[in-house]
Amino acid sequence: MSERKQVYLDNSAATRLDERVLESMKPYFFEKYAVATSEFAYSQGIEAREALDAAREGLATTIGAGPREFIFTSGSTESSNIAIKGVALALVNKKGKHIIVSKIEDFPVLNSAKALKKQGFEVTYLDVDGEGFVDPDMLKKNIRKDTILVSIQHANQEIGTIQDVESIGQVCCERGVLFHSDATHTLTRVPINLEKIPVDLMTLSAHTIHGPKGIGGLYIRQGTKLDKWMDGGFQEFDLRAGLENIPGAVGFARAAEIVTADETDRLKGMRDRIIDRILIEIPDTTLNGHRSKRMPQNANISFHYVEGESITLHLDMHGFAVSTGSACFSRSLEGSHVIFGMGGDHERAHGSIRFTFGRYNTMEDVEAVVETLAKIVKELRNISPLGKQQVK
Amino acid sequence: MKFPYSEIVLEHFRHPRNVGQIENADGKATEGSPACGDMVSVYINVDATSNKITDIKFESYGCASNIATGSIITELAKGKTLDEAKKITWKEASDALGGLPKIKAHCSVLAIEGLRAAIQNYEERHGLIKEKKPTTVEVVNKRLKKVMNPISGLDLVRTNIVKDIKVDDGKVHVVIDLPPEHQFAPAIKEEIMEKIKPLWDVKEIKVEFME
Repeated sequence: MSERKQVYLDNSAATRLDERVLESMKPYFFEKYAVATSEFAYSQGIEAREALDAAREGLATTIGAGPREFIFTSGSTESSNIAIKGVALALVNKKGKHIIVSKIEDFPVLNSAKALKKQGFEVTYLDVDGEGFVDPDMLKKNIRKDTILVSIQHANQEIGTIQDVESIGQVCCERGVLFHSDATHTLTRVPINLEKIPVDLMTLSAHTIHGPKGIGGLYIRQGTKLDKWMDGGFQEFDLRAGLENIPGAVGFARAAEIVTADETDRLKGMRDRIIDRILIEIPDTTLNGHRSKRMPQNANISFHYVEGESITLHLDMHGFAVSTGSACFSRSLEGSHVIFGMGGDHERAHGSIRFTFGRYNTMEDVEAVVETLAKIVKELRNISPLGKQQVK
Repeated sequence: MKFPYSEIVLEHFRHPRNVGQIENADGKATEGSPACGDMVSVYINVDATSNKITDIKFESYGCASNIATGSIITELAKGKTLDEAKKITWKEASDALGGLPKIKAHCSVLAIEGLRAAIQNYEERHGLIKEKKPTTVEVVNKRLKKVMNPISGLDLVRTNIVKDIKVDDGKVHVVIDLPPEHQFAPAIKEEIMEKIKPLWDVKEIKVEFME
């Protein structure tokens, strides 16, 4: 098979590191490799502290938070675990054992809630509508006296639907319930100002914005009750134990700094182009999620009568990397819980393809993938027993 | 480039053999459904005197391993007698393809079942089927041997996770030694239902998972 240009259209799974990010990190591997914990022992420790604080301040400013309201973690999985289990531990004996999450949350939130359920907590899974939205009024009805936490994402990892976090936060605020939101895929792409929007805890990550893997953040509104359950040192305001990942933190902050509104508009252009072309040019396709209230970098479309893993494998052979909500793709053999969550059937889940754009994609990539897809889908539909008349 | 499949699988995936339908086929069957993620239709024409499969075609809604297995079984079965074709196993198909990932066993076994079901359909339509036997624990056990345990790629019976089978007046009760929240529990349940349901005298199926 001839080697061809690789086009990576799975930027919600991982992104190519930006060289500028790597340059910003380099000194902290080779020259200033001390950690901030050593600040009272030697000057290298002070340099580390300064770098960490500067990175923290930069990121906090991006989301409208104070520098003491942002801690570094190893990524979004850890951030959501710290937030959800930390609140649960802090409030279980003071307020109650009831938690509310949406059905389409990503696995760190869903499985943290599941783990708490095993410990005797009660979990309400909120339905979403056909486009993936949580209804703030329905949330209101489900909040009880003993509800300690609501966790609803900023935008969905698969279908890109952006939740009305302002209204959701308002409901939580009025009822005095803490609100956690997973913003792994929206940081800098869907700007948010936490000075104005009542969110108490927010999960963030560098891997979605051309930053390094293995570094994330958690916003914790001043005064939020949170118990620390992973034991160790006193780092990160005694909220997250563990050696500080200084190069990671520096790279994370640099990555957030590089994103511009113009770039985000460019991604939105690619998103709209791919959605328009596929829906018009390839028959029997359905857009998953809302047409415009979706992340600028995300398009998710179901191709009826065909299975997603076959599409991704064919696309891969042509040099395009995408992901699918098909059961065959996941190691759990379960179709996308997001597509099922918004009322989609098996065929819609198995035939769903997610395209997520990033800095290194171009409009030519979009045109090329659509051309290739049209052929692949046609071929697979020829093989498929679905969607055509059965002969006698 | 690196792929999770062998070269032969990829070759059959890219250029599947004998794709399509046979009009007025002598035997045909469809196994699976979009709900289980894969679906295969098999069509056969049979020479009545020699009992040999003269023509065979398939259609597949599924992943690469499903499509490739569908393709290879058409090649394996063509020219064979019905009795020979019935004996083609998943292992033979998998070997002919240069091996399949274990986790994909359940997607690919469907093609084998499709072939056997198409043969059965031919036999039923041509009065070659023997008398209907009542469903017993043994019959259910035999069917469960066709349900894959995705953890290992081997069947439920061989991997010892079938803890109990009861058959009483058309009601079948199966107990599986896996927690209900296990990642594979829903998939296993669905496949069990699908294998037991077609038995002519079964009215009700209950699949229970152990805490």
